[in-house]
Amino acid sequence: MSTADPALPPDLPPDLPPDLPPDLRDEIAAMMAATDHPHGVTVGALAAVQARFGWVSDAHLVELARLIGVSAAELDGVATYFNLIFRRPVGRHVIMMCDSVSCWLMGADALRARLCDRLGIQPGQMTPDGAATLLPIVCLGHCDHAPALLVDRTLHGDLDESRIDAIADGVRAKEQAREQGTERGTEQGREP
Amino acid sequence: MAQRPLTAMIGPGGPPDCAAYGLAGGWRGARRALRDLTPDAVITEVTDSRLRGRGGAGFGTGQKWSFVPRQPARARRKYLVANADEMEPGTFKDRLLLEGNPMQLVEGMLIAGYAIQASEGVIFLRGEYHLAFDRLERAIAQARQTGWLGRDILGSGFDFDIHVHASAGRYICGEETALLTALEGYRAQPRSKPPFPQVGGLWGAPSMVNNVETLCNVPHILANGAAWFRDLAPGSPDGGTKLFGVSGRVRRPGAWELPMGVPLRQVVEDCAGGMRDGYRLRAFLPGGASTAFLDAASLDIALDYATVEKAGSRLGTGLAILLDDRACPVGMLRNLEHFFAQESCGWCTPCRDGLPWVERLLAAIEEGTGQPRDLDLLADHVRLIGPPGRTFCPHAPGAMAPLASGLDLFRDEFLDHLRQHGCPRRMAA
Ligand SMILES: Cc1cc2nc3c(=O)[nH]c(=O)nc-3n(C[C@H](O)[C@H](O)[C@H](O)COP(=O)(O)O)c2cc1C
Ligand code: SF4
Ligand code: FES
Repeated sequence: MSTADPALPPDLPPDLPPDLPPDLRDEIAAMMAATDHPHGVTVGALAAVQARFGWVSDAHLVELARLIGVSAAELDGVATYFNLIFRRPVGRHVIMMCDSVSCWLMGADALRARLCDRLGIQPGQMTPDGAATLLPIVCLGHCDHAPALLVDRTLHGDLDESRIDAIADGVRAKEQAREQGTERGTEQGREP
Repeated sequence: MAQRPLTAMIGPGGPPDCAAYGLAGGWRGARRALRDLTPDAVITEVTDSRLRGRGGAGFGTGQKWSFVPRQPARARRKYLVANADEMEPGTFKDRLLLEGNPMQLVEGMLIAGYAIQASEGVIFLRGEYHLAFDRLERAIAQARQTGWLGRDILGSGFDFDIHVHASAGRYICGEETALLTALEGYRAQPRSKPPFPQVGGLWGAPSMVNNVETLCNVPHILANGAAWFRDLAPGSPDGGTKLFGVSGRVRRPGAWELPMGVPLRQVVEDCAGGMRDGYRLRAFLPGGASTAFLDAASLDIALDYATVEKAGSRLGTGLAILLDDRACPVGMLRNLEHFFAQESCGWCTPCRDGLPWVERLLAAIEEGTGQPRDLDLLADHVRLIGPPGRTFCPHAPGAMAPLASGLDLFRDEFLDHLRQHGCPRRMAA
């Protein structure tokens, strides 16, 4: 697992045109410069790319691997290992619904089916308009308010049918606001 | 009223900032440790307090610290890692501490870092804890600004700083050696021990991994002394208070700070208001998904490490998951084993291949295509991958704990499923 060899890994085409914006390249270079162990930035760098584009494309992955000095295969191995790094496009909003035991006990299965109905997709899929992707997630540490789900950075608990409907409608409303250019910065935090 | 040092400063107004934290009694522990005590004396105080790790395994914290080689930080880099991965289903205690009073964790890490003479602290935070991330970043920045982090803290000559690593999610990252592998930027597979992280951990350097709740106890031990801490739990073999909680069909699910050794009945009935109308308690997992079921008759045993173990389970994270009489035990086990199968890191064959097999068997039984011999197959899995030592890490044995106990406790339900070719509750619905 040596990272000492600065030569280009053999699986990278040497003439690949740069695809990452310069400021993002700088950001990642700064992350590496700030530590004695640049290899440790892999997850953070993947997350930085994802924060910008929503997911990590092959082209971005290959370029990132070259920046960090690891093989694209190794970086892909890391990227695909973690739940929160997406190697396929996701919707503008990512809904992660807990499928673990406390939520199951509180009736999450039926609510998930309802949410799927409202969004017109199954877990793992994106709505055709690209508004939302629904993903399963393990326990969100909100079991005292089970069933629970996370929309982008906002946690919702004590779900019931009407709250599920409101969440599906909320995603739609945000989309409309986006189309009209009135969306404000992503809200974060917790539902009361 | 009983004392609640861990949660005293947690309120609806949000976490205290650095100054409010100090006014409410914070930083006393750090001041005493750095001004008046040697690192060894800090370790002795924590050992005497009988604090045991709150991450699940319950190892004595002071003793664990004493395994770190003694050279000062400058001679050799050492790391202190706060384990804030918290992905065990049914567990939500560290989140309360991280969001409610992040400065307490900063102080705990400062003291722990001083005790083992670490130069660097890392908070390994699960990626979904966005609010905790923002609050930790704010707390760390303030602590740095006021001189509680950085160079020559309190004029003691001790340098220490903390940064937050947001994980990208996998349950196995909570296992301490997998966590270190993740921090090094690789797929988070566990490592074989020895070397133990205390000697050869992050980047090969001595490293201490402690749970968030463990570290949050440390400021209070240093501020008030080991004897005070032991007395928080009178008559219990373990010192201190602990966040205990319940999820499931109770009136008010939640977590509360209580003395070590309280019975679960107190948590369920007094704190959580008892079961909801129409539900009866059937059995419970005392400390998260990887602990064995106990039946309702065990409600009165003391929640301390030794007593729960004697009853056939583990205290684990201390957050109990309640199975009520209207939920299907087979369905619950299927849900649990789905989690463990999915979260296996794939490193060892019994875990990578055995857990999905277990999940398929349970699914078949629940859906009506199960065969009587499936119960023997499930028992074989328990026998073959349940005992520790068959796999690299305790993930697989942890997965077998609810199954082993469930096969015993819910045998009649399993047989009903086989006889009636499906879940009797689903068919009645
Ligand atoms: C699969 C697995 C997951 C774990 N997850 C966590 C976790 O999320 N948080 C935690 O503190 N400990 C977790 N642990 C326990 C850690 O390996 C380690 O024992 C603990 O962080 C030590 O801290 P303590 O001594 O303060 O308890 C996990 C263990 C295993 C086997
Ligand atoms: S027991 Fe499972 S999770 Fe642990 S190292 Fe083996 S395969 Fe990975
Ligand atoms: S089990 Fe769903 S939030 Fe914990």
